[in-house]
Parts: sequence; structure tokens; C-alpha cells
Amino acid sequence: MFFTYLRRELRRRRKAALVVASGLALGIALVIVVDSVSNGMGKAQDKVLQSLYGLGTDMTVTKAASASTGDAQRPRFRFDAQNNGDDSTQSSDRVMVQGFQTLSASTVAKVGSQSGVSDAVGGLSLQVLKVSGQFTRGRFQQNESGGGFQRGGGTGGPQGEVKGGGADFDVNNYSVYGTDVTKPGLGPLTSSKITSGRTFKATETDAKVVVADSAYAKEKKYKAGSTVTIKGVTFTVIGIATADSGDSAADLYIPLKQAQTLGDAKDKVTTIYVKAADSKKIDSVKSAIQRHVSGTTVTTSADLADTVSGSLSTASSLAADVGTWLSLAVLVAAFLVAGLLTSSAVSRRVREFGTLKALGWRSGRVTRQVVGEAMVNGLVGGALGIALGLAGAYVVTAISPGLQAQVGGGTGGGGGFPGGPGRRTAKTLEVALTAPVSVTTIVLAVGLAVAGGLIAGAFGGWRASRLRPADALRRVE
Amino acid sequence: MYELNNVTKRYTRGKDTVHALDGIDLTIPDGDRLVIQGPTGGGKSTLLQMLGGLDRPTSGEVVLDGTDLARLSEARLTRVRSESIGFVFQSFNLIPTLTAQENVETALVPLGIKVRERRELAAEALRSVGLGERLGHLPGEMSGGQQQRVAIARALVKKPKVLLADEPTGNLDEGTRDEIMDVLERLWKEHGLTFIMVTHDSTLAKKAPRLATLRKGKITVQENAAT
Repeated sequence: MFFTYLRRELRRRRKAALVVASGLALGIALVIVVDSVSNGMGKAQDKVLQSLYGLGTDMTVTKAASASTGDAQRPRFRFDAQNNGDDSTQSSDRVMVQGFQTLSASTVAKVGSQSGVSDAVGGLSLQVLKVSGQFTRGRFQQNESGGGFQRGGGTGGPQGEVKGGGADFDVNNYSVYGTDVTKPGLGPLTSSKITSGRTFKATETDAKVVVADSAYAKEKKYKAGSTVTIKGVTFTVIGIATADSGDSAADLYIPLKQAQTLGDAKDKVTTIYVKAADSKKIDSVKSAIQRHVSGTTVTTSADLADTVSGSLSTASSLAADVGTWLSLAVLVAAFLVAGLLTSSAVSRRVREFGTLKALGWRSGRVTRQVVGEAMVNGLVGGALGIALGLAGAYVVTAISPGLQAQVGGGTGGGGGFPGGPGRRTAKTLEVALTAPVSVTTIVLAVGLAVAGGLIAGAFGGWRASRLRPADALRRVE
Repeated sequence: MYELNNVTKRYTRGKDTVHALDGIDLTIPDGDRLVIQGPTGGGKSTLLQMLGGLDRPTSGEVVLDGTDLARLSEARLTRVRSESIGFVFQSFNLIPTLTAQENVETALVPLGIKVRERRELAAEALRSVGLGERLGHLPGEMSGGQQQRVAIARALVKKPKVLLADEPTGNLDEGTRDEIMDVLERLWKEHGLTFIMVTHDSTLAKKAPRLATLRKGKITVQENAAT
């Protein structure tokens, strides 16, 4: 009887049912689209952040660079001018620790031993400036007409002038990252895929091997098996890595020990990458590290996310603020309309429900009938809303609007890791926005549909339960 | 058997108090057939509501078979209505979306009777009022007389002790009225019911063995020697 009565009533009042279901559908569809777009924003932001420090890293520990002390840290290059006719190439590289003050390797162990830390790995970020070219001395030519120098002011010697000489040189500036090859699961290299050759073996802690970023390798025509010379040390390219986001953390990756030797930074690291045991307790792990490892800056992905600006940030804020409020407003309005329409429908059926009560139907049975009808409306609205929402999310994903994310900027020097290992300037990344619909979103939508039905049913059910059979029958007269 | 002792019902409308029933004392033996007459606003429908357990008196007792309906909990009163009292209304009060058979079944739903048995009982009740061929018809597809027959079948399908009818022929033409009254009279006799009917129709009132008249909340009962 319950289902027969319910089905017939919904069919009889299908226009009202459609209005209620459509309102709920609109609200639920908006929630799905906003939620999936927010998910997409989150994924885009994760992608941006992962490109900076790799997968699995929850936070980094660094030490802010001290203020520049003038010439002391500025690289100086000295080249001897060659004798006449000598056009041999000279080169000189300067390897500098990039970005941050260094931390001792023992700090890595100390961070790793903190409560809630699953793993910690150190890395050293270097910047290499290589100047190479020809430097030739000018040639003195004596005047044919008379003696004496035109320059120098002497009067008793032969006259003449210096001709030719100069320099033809190339400056190559690239970044090198010293990675702990014994822990390949953590650190910036995890945001890249090896597309040629291989990655480091755990045994290659001090091997002269290098993994090159694909963009840099393309520019320098490196491939697996090529050699690269850094500060006079020759490394063999064992693999080419392609960054997931298209923007790599460094141009070359070498074993940490080799980097420490090149950078004259024995047992030093610039960044410690930390993985928390529980991703929900990142804040408490951060506090523990800050408390127990003094003089360091701990930067979580949430901190870094705050430094993301550009259209991604704008769109993310828009989705979080306007989208959420709009969805909520539509949902609340839909719930209210559903409730009022259901209540109004009960008012029009006073005689019907009064008759049933006179026949011996308990209030609970009448209320269940009303709530049941409202629930079906809610579920139909939910199904429509899910279909609409999925279509909306599909359209967003199909269009995949491009968003720009600027990371870092002015905060880079503050000791955090905006900009990735050692980066101190803003970097701009292009990411495509998608709108992935998660199971959680669908569960949320179904939950909202049920809630909508229950709220509408509560309005109507409350009205129906308060009906007295006598009151209902009085309307007959 | 009904026993009404000093039953009053007052309604307050703003500053005015209306005495719909004013100290009613009435005994209705089992199997009685009582017609209640009176002017509009005299308290007829209010008395019927008290008898049917649809409303409670302001004071006094409405005793049905030893149980004071005025003092029962809502749940028990609902149970008494579902088991012992059948209603027939002037406007039939059928559920428009349910068929004749399903409408009759609604009276059996509170009794927890299984679906198959419910259907059989409903069909049998409809056959007893001459609607065996109309089981699957919706109220909108039937005439007023047929709809009232469905309502009578609904009232009697649970085999109640009491049948309360509020102007059961008020919306019907003269010919149909007589048909319905014939059906009601036959079923009253067949089932041994206590049949209480409110009507404005003097023709029907004259046929009743007992006639109660309600004026301004007061009741007078006359025996009809002619019947």
C-alpha cells in the first residue's frame, strides 16, 4: 500500500514533484561542479607544488640565507690573455651553494628522529657558473713614420699603437642538485620520470654519474652515455628525467656526496625533505621540528600553497568563495522550496489524511507516507543533479582551461622553499584545469539529496502529524 | 453499547465560547439504528465526532462497551477507530489516486492484515455493495452513488461494531439516495451493527426507529412507533 499510494500520488502531483526535484537537482549539480572544480584546483596546485619538491614530501626544512656580504660571495673569474696567435679556449667554473644557508648533515638525522616524521632526506642545491672562451692579448704596432709611443708618454722609445686583442666567451649558468641516492622516494627528483636511461642506484653514493633534466639535455644535446664536466670533474649521463609539470627542480642531478665535494660543502645540505607518518598531523610535526631543531625554517605544502598566485589562485579563491556560497545559497533555497511545497501539498490533502486517521491510520504511518514522497522527490532530484553535475564537470574537463600559477616571488629569500630547491625568484607554471568527480563528491551529492528529501519531508510530516482527524473532517462541511 | 454521560463540548472563538454540546446524556444499545437531526450548527457533527473518537469532549464521558473514549490515549483511540468504528462521509472521502479496491484496503492497513487477504476482503466487500465489476476503477471514473458504495464497503470491510454516517446521501440525487439507504439498511441488518446517521433529510428521518434531535447543543430522543 505504501509504495502504491506513494507512486500514484507522485504521478498525480508530478508538476509539483518536478519543481521540487529540479530545485534540488540544480543545487546538487552546483555542489558537484564546484566541488569537482575545487578538486581540480587542488590537483593543479598539487601538481605545481610537486614540481617544486616532488611527490611524498610533506614539508621542507631549510635555513635562510644570510645577508650578502658583498664581494665575498660573488664569483670572480681570472683568465690570462694568451700570446699572439694563440686562440686556445680557456674555461673556468664557479660552483656556489644556492639559495639557503647550509645545514649540517647531522640535522637530517635529527629531523628524521622527530616524532611523527616518517622519513627525512637531505639535498644540496648548487648553482654552476661556467665561463669559457678565448682571451687574446692586443699586438703592438710601431708607427712607420717615426718613433715613439702614442700611449705611455715616453719620448725616447719607438712610436706605435696596440691593435687587436679581446675576448670571445660564453657564460653557462645551470643548476645542480645533489640528491641522496639511498632514498629515491623522497626529494625533488620524484617529480620527474626517467624517460631515457636509468636513475641512480643506491650504491652510487659517490659515483661520478649524472641524471639530466630533459629540457636541459635537449639544449646541450646530452643523452645517456654522454659526459658532463663540472668544475673539472667528468660525470657520465646515466639517464634523462622529464619533469611531470614540465618545469624541473634542477638541470642536473648528481649524488649528494659529489655535490658536497663540488660545492666545497662537506657534510652540508641546503634542504631537508620530510615525509610525515600521518598526513593529517603535518602541523604537529612542523611544530615538533621547529621546537627541537632551532634556527631552521619549516615550510609545509600548505605554507607554500599560500604563495601561489596568478589565475590559478584567483580561480581557486573564486571556487572556494563564490562557488561555495552560491552552491550553499541554491541548496538552502532548494531545501526551503521543497519543504514549503511539501507542506503546502499536505495542507491541500488535509481531508485525505484526516480520513486515513479516522480509518485508524496512526500519525506515524501518515507521516511516513509524506516523508516517503518527499524522499523520492529528493532522490529524483539527486539523480538529476548528479547527472547535471557530471555533465558540467565533464564540460570543464573537456575544455580544460589553462591557468597560470606563480610560485614564490618575494618570499623566496625567507628561508622557505618557494620556487623549489634553492630557487629565490617567482616562477610561473601553466596548468590545465580539470574537474575530477570523486566518489566522495557523489556520496556528498547523494547525502544532500537524502537531506533535501528529509528536510522537505520533515516540513510536510510535521504538518501531517499535527492534523487531528476531526479537524480534517470539518473541512468536509 | 454507547453511554454518553453529561457530555459537553465548548469551542472558544476569540472572546466567544460556543457550546456545541451541552450536557448530553444518551444511551445507544448495540444494534440500534439512530438518526440524528437538527438545524445547522446544532451540534450533530460534533456529536458524531465524539461517538467516533475523532474528538474529545470538554467534559463528560463517551463510553463504548465499557471504555471511556474521552480518557483513552491517542494510540488506543486510533486502535478503537481502526477496529470498531466505520465511517461514511457526505463527500465520500475516497483517496483519488487509489482504485476502489485499494480504497477499501486502506481500512485494513492499520489491522496488519496481509496483502493477499486484504485484497480478497476488499473485493468481497465491494461485491457486497454491487461493485464487483469496478474493483480497478478510480473514484474519478465512478458516479457519486458508486463512490458512496465504495465508501460503505470501506467502512464495513473490517466488520466494525458501529457504523457512523455523516449525511451519507447529502450529495446524491433522490434515486441514488434510496439505493444507498437500501444498501445501508441491508448491511445494518446483515452485520447486526449499531448504525448512527446524521441527516437533514426528513424522509430518511421518518424511517428511523429512533430519532434524536439536536438544538443548541441539547438533545431530545423520540421513539418512532411507525417503524
